[in-house]
Amino acid sequence: MALTGLQIFKLLPKTNCRECGFATCLAFAMALAVGKTSLDDCPQASDEARETLGAAAEPPIRLVTVGQGEYAVELGGELVLFRHEKTFYHPTAVAIEVRDDLPEAELTERLHAVQALSFERVGITMRINSIAIRQTGSDSASFVKTVELVQANSPLPLTLVTQDPGAMRAALAIVGSKRPLLWGAAEANWREMTALAKEYGCPLVVTAGDLAGLSSLSEQVTGNGYKDIVLHVPAKAAGDVLRAATAIRRMAIKKRFRPFGFPVLASVGDNRDAYLAALTAATCIAKYASMIVLDTVDPAVVLPLLTLRQDIYTDPQKPIQVQAACYTIGNPGPDAPVLVTTNFSLTYFSVGNEIESSRVGAYLVTVDTDGTSVLTAWASGKFGPEQIAEALEKTAVGEKVKHRKVVIPGYVAVLSGRLAELSGWDVLVGPREAAALPGFLRSYTAN
Amino acid sequence: MSFELHREKFPCRISEVEIGAGVAGNGQRFLQVGGASTLPFLSFDGPSGHLPVIGMEVWDVVPELWPAPLENIFGPVAGDPVEWARHCAQEWGAEFICLRLRGADPELNDASPEACATLARDVLDATGVPLVVLGCGNDAKDNVVLQKVSETCAGRRCLIGPVTSDNYRTIAAAAMVNGHLVIAQSPVDVNMQKQICVLLNDLGVPQTQIVMDPTTGGLGYGLEYTYSVMERVRLAALQGESSLALPMIVFCGFEAWRAKEAKTGPTDGVVQGVAWEALTAGTLLQAGADMVVMLHPEATRVVREHVKALAGGEMTL
Ligand code: SF4
Repeated sequence: MALTGLQIFKLLPKTNCRECGFATCLAFAMALAVGKTSLDDCPQASDEARETLGAAAEPPIRLVTVGQGEYAVELGGELVLFRHEKTFYHPTAVAIEVRDDLPEAELTERLHAVQALSFERVGITMRINSIAIRQTGSDSASFVKTVELVQANSPLPLTLVTQDPGAMRAALAIVGSKRPLLWGAAEANWREMTALAKEYGCPLVVTAGDLAGLSSLSEQVTGNGYKDIVLHVPAKAAGDVLRAATAIRRMAIKKRFRPFGFPVLASVGDNRDAYLAALTAATCIAKYASMIVLDTVDPAVVLPLLTLRQDIYTDPQKPIQVQAACYTIGNPGPDAPVLVTTNFSLTYFSVGNEIESSRVGAYLVTVDTDGTSVLTAWASGKFGPEQIAEALEKTAVGEKVKHRKVVIPGYVAVLSGRLAELSGWDVLVGPREAAALPGFLRSYTAN
Repeated sequence: MSFELHREKFPCRISEVEIGAGVAGNGQRFLQVGGASTLPFLSFDGPSGHLPVIGMEVWDVVPELWPAPLENIFGPVAGDPVEWARHCAQEWGAEFICLRLRGADPELNDASPEACATLARDVLDATGVPLVVLGCGNDAKDNVVLQKVSETCAGRRCLIGPVTSDNYRTIAAAAMVNGHLVIAQSPVDVNMQKQICVLLNDLGVPQTQIVMDPTTGGLGYGLEYTYSVMERVRLAALQGESSLALPMIVFCGFEAWRAKEAKTGPTDGVVQGVAWEALTAGTLLQAGADMVVMLHPEATRVVREHVKALAGGEMTL
């Protein structure tokens, strides 16, 4: 069973020597308890501490960092199999593949396209996390040249895809200090690749054709003293990708099977049908890949995938909120309806969407309810007449319209009277569900 | 550490449900759904049940304003739901049709129960595939409409609903008398899902005649809530919560196309709305969806292919 931070702390030297990168032994112990670091990072730990903490001190899935600085991305560190059990912590990194046989003009075009794949949703910027450069021939010169070009034109961390230790070494001579992901090590080359990964301090992808092979290769590399590894099974069919990733995550978390205690990289496969490739990628985001590699820069594929990643990795305990404010929808005039709702992002978007589809311009005032929905907020006293009156006042929506009529959600019809008293506005009771808003608004404007 | 694959064994199994009447000679097809004793597609754990079935939605009344990708496809058949349904079944490979009776809404067309019921029977006769019939969302009206639909389509094992804890008696009773199945809906809530299923059991509706609708949230608009509620429902069922050991239906096309991103995204090459719809479905398949209702033919096709790819594969773990 996992130990608490304090239990771990008792076993540490308590010297606060900072060699682990934490300010105190206690901070290190706390981080270790939630799997955010590894006991290996404390060079001072006694043998006794190592033995006692043993597997318990190791996170079930190691956290592996790719790249450096602003664009660095963390893989793994997950603690559960289902997001409702707690949350998923480190969103699946999305890499875009480039081949080293691309003509230079096409390559720069693709890099620009990747850079443009940045979208803002509910106040969060979503973007691509890595460029995966694949060696296609046996000649390392074009691989190295592509690596040079990509690093000169993109700030994203690199993933170097070659089985040839010579080509890998040549590429590392250029970008080795930037912590690229080395993909990778397999049965035939793992000794050379592990040596390179160690020398440059870069994370390493370990690949085997089946789970038994992956398990033994993982043990060989870690037995060799290198633990910043990422697991990969090159499966083609979506079902194989799903089952392999599930078996790995499950054994790591439920069985504490050490050889599988690392993040998983999934390749979406060489699917010519863009939709099917996207569906496989979506499966990997939901089920257990810490990194996926896509072969497309089409925003019509990438935006839905990044949106899905955001959905799945949202902490179920911390709903996404929008700012409490007065939002303008369509082109409202001085007679336009004024509606109120909560600042739970989902509520806001459903209501906003329906107003938009009604094609009636309106003002939508959101009340700060800590991101809870109408009924929950009302029950907990965060969406009462006082808060709504205050929001009407604060947002000064009254200056935008020449009437004093506000529409409240049907579920909170009971607070009409008190709200009218407090705010001086006439209160109209709207529908309970957002879907009924278009009909409601059309008859509203008709009267 | 030597490698030995860990297999998850659950004590219980999702009930097997049959939709559509396979009466010999009339060509009417039927579908079996459910039956899983594992999480979706994890066939190495045990029998993972029938493959999810992919159907298509048809509306009696089309909206004034379709997004262009829907207008382009459905424009020619939109005024004729029977023809639209025939296209779905015969050209676009829908395994079942889901008829949404929007026009029954008193606020919309206030279509008569008789007209709705005749339409449902015509769709059944024209397509030969099993039929799901959805009301308009107005409880009082749905009670009379779905009762009439039940009578007119008696014996055809349609899936009718939704019913909720607040409104289930009339519809469920009519469905039982006429040999149909009911959709038990909850507002994305495990406990309320359980409540409606128990109420139906108490009313005498057998486990083989209920399909659950946990309420679908589209991609970017609450998908994660539906996803987690479905995962919790399915896990609870497999671990022994028999009232939840039922197949689940999700409405991906309807929900996905409500998203702004679906309506406005790129439409040359990959259509963003199609991707939006397909990914909504692909994700919920991982949470245990047994019946998936789609809208766009291309999204329907790729999700059907994807189900095959998930069931297939040759790797031995
Ligand atoms: S390296 Fe070890 S001894 Fe030093 S501060 Fe960190 S935990 Fe304490």
